[in-house]
Amino acid sequence: MQTSNTAKIQLKEPINREPFLVIDRVSKTYPTPNGLYPVLENVNFTVYEGEFVCVIGHSGCGKSTLLNMVSGFNKPTEGEVRLRGNLITKPGPDRMMVFQNYALLPWKTAYENVYLAVKTAFPNKSKAEKHEIVEEHLAMVGLTEAAHKRPHQLSGGMKQRVAIARALAIRPEILILDEPFGALDAITKEELQEELLSIWREHRTTVLMITHDIDEALFLADRLVMMTNGPAANIGEVMDIPFSRPRDRAQIMEDPQYYELRNYALDFLFRRFAHVE
Amino acid sequence: MTSRTNGTIYRRPSQNSFTKLWRKNSNKIIRPLVAIVVFLVIWQLLCPPGSKGLPGPIQVFNDTFNPYIINPFFDNGGNDKGLGLQIIASLKRVAIGFSLSAIVGIFVGIVVGANKFLYEAVDPIFQVLRTIPPLAWLPIALAAINQNEPSAIFVIFITSIWPIIINTMVGVQQLPQDYRNVARVLQLSGKDYFLNILFPATVPYIFTGLRIGIGLSWLAIVAAEMLVGGVGIGFFIWDAYNNSQISQLILALIYVGIVGLLLDRLVAYIASIAVPAEQK
Repeated sequence: MQTSNTAKIQLKEPINREPFLVIDRVSKTYPTPNGLYPVLENVNFTVYEGEFVCVIGHSGCGKSTLLNMVSGFNKPTEGEVRLRGNLITKPGPDRMMVFQNYALLPWKTAYENVYLAVKTAFPNKSKAEKHEIVEEHLAMVGLTEAAHKRPHQLSGGMKQRVAIARALAIRPEILILDEPFGALDAITKEELQEELLSIWREHRTTVLMITHDIDEALFLADRLVMMTNGPAANIGEVMDIPFSRPRDRAQIMEDPQYYELRNYALDFLFRRFAHVE
Repeated sequence: MTSRTNGTIYRRPSQNSFTKLWRKNSNKIIRPLVAIVVFLVIWQLLCPPGSKGLPGPIQVFNDTFNPYIINPFFDNGGNDKGLGLQIIASLKRVAIGFSLSAIVGIFVGIVVGANKFLYEAVDPIFQVLRTIPPLAWLPIALAAINQNEPSAIFVIFITSIWPIIINTMVGVQQLPQDYRNVARVLQLSGKDYFLNILFPATVPYIFTGLRIGIGLSWLAIVAAEMLVGGVGIGFFIWDAYNNSQISQLILALIYVGIVGLLLDRLVAYIASIAVPAEQK
């Protein structure tokens, strides 16, 4: 992408250019009754520390598979995924997930859900310290009032807030979000996007997020990874999103470059790599 | 109850909770009462006084009023005890047998449910054993144990354990992948995984098993007591039949039905407290 419009765009804060998360020549094939099915083929990508990266693509393009190999739920057939140079072989709290359907434990209150994660991540901290961490993170997502409610008493947006609080409370190296706002209504979704952004600004966690929503990606991400279609999907293009931070939704929407980027992504998804049923 | 006059709402003086309850549930109370009355009338018509068959409800009432209805706790020694004491004796056996089967059943269900190899090995055996009628276990229990009392308890145990095992197993296997993923990403220890995820997720299934199990226990105890004798509602029924005390027998059946219902509701009530709303 050309960034001709430089008036409103400031230089991004310098980030550590040491490779942080490296997806190195990763392929994934699944055995099927009709032989091997290649989902991903030779995917290479590097995420830098503190970056917010979104991954977009049609369903079935293997973006969840890619994410699951970063989180460790899945192993690459070929190639490797490394975080700070360490090979990823299994799930761990350094790569905490926020799941699309929240994955809260229904028999625990919001507080207890976060506490379980904190307790497991910091076994050596005192009870008071753990309590403080939980309270702090519930406050961060505005759920102090609802701390002692069970998930069934919470709305979808509040549940996802608990899940985000739980994920960040254990200080992961990288936060992985799998279409976190996909099941929410438009208004809640925008609220949560803004909360996530402000939390991310404070925490400076590296974020890897799957989305279906181009506007969401343009609002949130530093870079947008656009996947080609499967079988043997790959990264088609990586788009730099140069809007200055902190971002303001209204301001971005007025920026002509926003539509340039948006149209480019739409063109990629719906013309060049249109989904063939 | 409100009435409107000139746009103002007047509220009647507050009623006590009993009348409120009555107003809300009157249909649920009146309709079954009507059905019971109709049933008694038909029964009375089919078994008029003086006929040779079963006694009618009025005769049952007259025959058993003193001492069986008014004094459920009389004790003349031996087996000659009030129905309350007979039922308590049966409930004790059920309590022991059912508690044992709950403990063993939940344990076995969790172990087998969590282990695919074990599950595939033993599930067919469970499926065969659970179809064996309760009373078919009694002779083998008597042959093995040689004593009446433990044999009756064994029958309760073996009858109620299969639904508990099978439902617990299913509960463990149905554990949502999401919860497993949470456990894996947090790297929960075995103990934390069991206490925070596996067991709570299985609780609704366990209660389904317990509820079926307690019903089967009560079915089995009456039959088992008929055969092993002693104090107990089952033997009371058999004894009444042998002495041609059909009125006592009928009264005992009514009590058996009511106690069975209460047992079922008791387990359902405990489940309603123990199981979080979202899991129901």
